[in-house]
Amino acid sequence: MMAIIEAHDITKFYGNLRVLHDVDLSVGKGEILALIGPSGSGKSTLLRVLDLIEPANGGEISVFGIDVVQERGRWLDLRRRMGMLFQRPIVFNASVYDNVAMGLRYRGASGEDIERKVKEALEAVGLSRYIKSKATDLSGGEQQRVALSRVLVTDPEILFLDEPTANLDPTSTATIERIVTGLNREAGMTVLISTHDLSQGQRLAHRIAVMIDGTIAQTGPSREVFREPKDRRIARFVGAENIIPARVVSRSNGFTIVEAHGRQMLSATPPPAEEVEMVARGEDISLHRREPEHEEAENRFPATVTRIEPTAPFVNVTVHCGCDLVALVTARRAEALGLREGMEVWVSLQAKAVHLIRR
Amino acid sequence: MVNENPIIEGFIEAIELIVTLDPQVVEITIRSLYVSLTATFFAALIALPLGALIYFYEFRGKHAVVSTLQTLYALPTVIVGLLMFLLLSNIGPFGFLRLLYTPGGMIVTQTILIIPLLMGLTVSALSGIDRDKRYTITALGASRLQTIMTIIAEARFAVMAGVLLGFGRAIAEVGTVMIVGGNIRGATRVLTTAIALNTSMANYSLSIALGIILLAVALGVNITLSLVQRR
Repeated sequence: MMAIIEAHDITKFYGNLRVLHDVDLSVGKGEILALIGPSGSGKSTLLRVLDLIEPANGGEISVFGIDVVQERGRWLDLRRRMGMLFQRPIVFNASVYDNVAMGLRYRGASGEDIERKVKEALEAVGLSRYIKSKATDLSGGEQQRVALSRVLVTDPEILFLDEPTANLDPTSTATIERIVTGLNREAGMTVLISTHDLSQGQRLAHRIAVMIDGTIAQTGPSREVFREPKDRRIARFVGAENIIPARVVSRSNGFTIVEAHGRQMLSATPPPAEEVEMVARGEDISLHRREPEHEEAENRFPATVTRIEPTAPFVNVTVHCGCDLVALVTARRAEALGLREGMEVWVSLQAKAVHLIRR
Repeated sequence: MVNENPIIEGFIEAIELIVTLDPQVVEITIRSLYVSLTATFFAALIALPLGALIYFYEFRGKHAVVSTLQTLYALPTVIVGLLMFLLLSNIGPFGFLRLLYTPGGMIVTQTILIIPLLMGLTVSALSGIDRDKRYTITALGASRLQTIMTIIAEARFAVMAGVLLGFGRAIAEVGTVMIVGGNIRGATRVLTTAIALNTSMANYSLSIALGIILLAVALGVNITLSLVQRR
């Protein structure tokens, strides 16, 4: 896959505040890349730097194969081949029609061209009936759809979405996601979306980049980022419920044996160090009433339920087995097991689901 | 019943003066509107582009310029009147223009009086366009000139509100028109100076009539202002 955006060693300061540092990122043509990370980690700034809205203070960036640090004079032309949708719905104090027409007018499109494209675009987002309305009178979700069609009428080759659905109702969110994935599939549009909604990232993206404290900490397919986080901060951010300090005991048959609070466990990860942390996701831990016999999981041991915490549609169950483990079970499963505090259960967990990171 | 209260009497007479379109009242009102509207027009012509220039261009001392403008909002009108009197009088550099004690001189003076206000309000109207909107304009592929035009168009209602405030200040002030205009009957007498004079002459009914008109104008400005701001 050809890289349409190539960024290397990007830094960005606001005054003395370092917002981005050592950012390396490559985005393939036709790819959907999700930039996930906590608020304030620099996602929005990175998108603005890549969309050429503001310059970086250092590093190399090429967009469409053009070195943009050298070629400042071409920024406007390059920017006109890209588009960006922001977190807060932005509409201008004018009719919906005039709002959507803005980008085309900047590009000097002809009147009939503008009219045809604007009508098509509003049709696509289901807002045709508001064409003459004042954009500021619409609801937040409708305004965001106006903003999206304003970007899409310009046929961007790269679309940047900065937390586009953070403040929206589920229907507007679904509409926007459907349009974006559709354009990616049919028109091969490259999409960079920043989000703190992990499930949105997983749902839409071919690849995920985790941004933490102004730099990209890990990139990879979503499965990899979620199951095999590189370090503790990433593990935390991607929502691993169990991050437990442990020590590597030995290695056999491709498994690493680790020990945490007297409990030995098998992991499929090669040992990254002597002192490690076990990372396990709650949904990978199964609970049973009695010892499971036909279970494929390598780790099986008895434990005591110490805490039950409903967080619909799941129940967080903390069990004690030397160390504390949090398992995520469905409400129905919790009921079937008859879970209550103090109860003895069996825990099973695949070695693949026990990921090891350096402590 | 005989009513001896001069205030109530004056009030009733004032209503009569307005309703019957007393020539003196009409003449003063029209002159007042003419002077202040013309001054506002010229001030806007000068201040709006200058305000935009200050907002869009980065230069050293920009912050100081904006603070100075804001200080000048509250400039005492008599000081401006005195300054303009000195400049326009026979001993001043612009005496040859023969503008002292003419409506033309009053227009020039009020124009100068409200220019800082209009400039300052233009800068803040344009600053009211938030960062995300400016990012959006850039991201949509606007050139430098297109960006400026879009921001001005977006701030149009706030700019208009500033112009209205400038007109309000011009028509309601008494200091400069008294000093530069001289309050000459039939020539430079406007609402505010006429009220001041007639009140001191115990001619309450005319003062009250002109006061009601001035209030009505101020109210009209405020209503328009709130309509504009609601946009």
